[in-house]
Amino acid sequence: MAANPMSQFDVYRIGPEIKVGAFDISFTNASLFMILSTLSILIIFNLGSNKNSILPNKIQLLAELSYTFVSKMISDTAGSKAKPYFAFIFSLFMFVLFCNMFGMIPYTFTVTSHIIVTFVLAAFIFIGVTVIGFIKHGFGYLKLFVPSGVPAVLLPLIVVIEIISYLSRPISLSVRLFANMMAGHTMMKVFGGFVISLGVVGGWLPLSFSVALTGLEILVAFLQAYVFAILTCIYLNDALNLHH
Amino acid sequence: MVKKIYFHSIFFSFFFIKETFAAESGGMPQLNPEFWVSQIFWLTLTFGIMYLVLSKLILPKISDNLETRKSQILENIEAAEKQREDSDAKLKEYDEIIFKSKLEANSIFNQAREKAIKDISAKRTVLDQQIDNEIAEAEKEIDILRKKAPEKINKIAIETSSELLQKIIGAEINNSSITAIVDDLSKRNGDKYYGN
Repeated sequence: MAANPMSQFDVYRIGPEIKVGAFDISFTNASLFMILSTLSILIIFNLGSNKNSILPNKIQLLAELSYTFVSKMISDTAGSKAKPYFAFIFSLFMFVLFCNMFGMIPYTFTVTSHIIVTFVLAAFIFIGVTVIGFIKHGFGYLKLFVPSGVPAVLLPLIVVIEIISYLSRPISLSVRLFANMMAGHTMMKVFGGFVISLGVVGGWLPLSFSVALTGLEILVAFLQAYVFAILTCIYLNDALNLHH
Repeated sequence: MVKKIYFHSIFFSFFFIKETFAAESGGMPQLNPEFWVSQIFWLTLTFGIMYLVLSKLILPKISDNLETRKSQILENIEAAEKQREDSDAKLKEYDEIIFKSKLEANSIFNQAREKAIKDISAKRTVLDQQIDNEIAEAEKEIDILRKKAPEKINKIAIETSSELLQKIIGAEINNSSITAIVDDLSKRNGDKYYGN
């Protein structure tokens, strides 16, 4: 099991099989880490918001810094109109960040390394943003596909490209996160395997690589959560403030 | 509603993918659709609950905390500014009081000095007068003494010379004749002794 670097992504049932109609909704290791991530988020932010002292303690500072960080990110990219979606983007950022970070602990499962999870998130964002765009601008939202200042000859081509790029947003958004997580974890596993197979004599080089990779992966874990959230903000900005 | 339709479409797409990737179980576990429904279900559940709790309970509290801190800091800054102004005003007042009291002290000192000078000069004139009087009296006494001096000297001279003559001659001599001689001598030599 340990020899295969992909086995860390295996999903397996914990407890009995639960079926609702034709659908299997059994509790799995993925479910376990989703619950762990959301619980830790809720516990940390609940602790960080319970006491309101003028001089915040560490956990309150953490909660407030995260709040202002996400709030600033949204207002910078999507403007003040995006205020009602703050809670969603905050939850999204924290969920992806915590899932990524939980995956960095050895022997854990990385929820975000599964395309289905990231794709559901991305697709929900895509549909939500599209619905918001049509509610805010009606059919005028279709102007998004017609950039201004383009020669009439090129227009059919540009519109097709714009539509394809718009439709590929959920795919690019989900694949970016999933592929980053999967590639990083696979690489760490491969280098970890080299340490074992090369032994005491030659194992030091891959071990040092592993250490460096761990640092890099922690950076990537944060960065991908940030990218995921900021791309959501950018899509939301397109829907809220029609620029084209 | 949109979400529901969306999930339905995802579910239906599984059935096709399941056939395609059935043999792929040795490759990427991510493409094995066995637990996709379970993952979607648990993701929706956990993320939904987290979103609700965060948006309804926790985030408003954090936002409130930040707001109260901001307003409290502003208030504190205002209070500090006010206190600074107060202390500035008090410092000015204090400076003024010090200046005034300095002036007052100066004037009191000047008054005291003038008074002392006056007193001294008054006392001096009185003393001067007294001294003058005393000098005048002393001069008078001296004058009197001076005037009386020749007479006394004459008398002493007469008595001395009468006794002297008596001892030398051994006979009583008439005082009046000696007096006449002494008077005559003193009148002649008086100028030499007294400078009159």
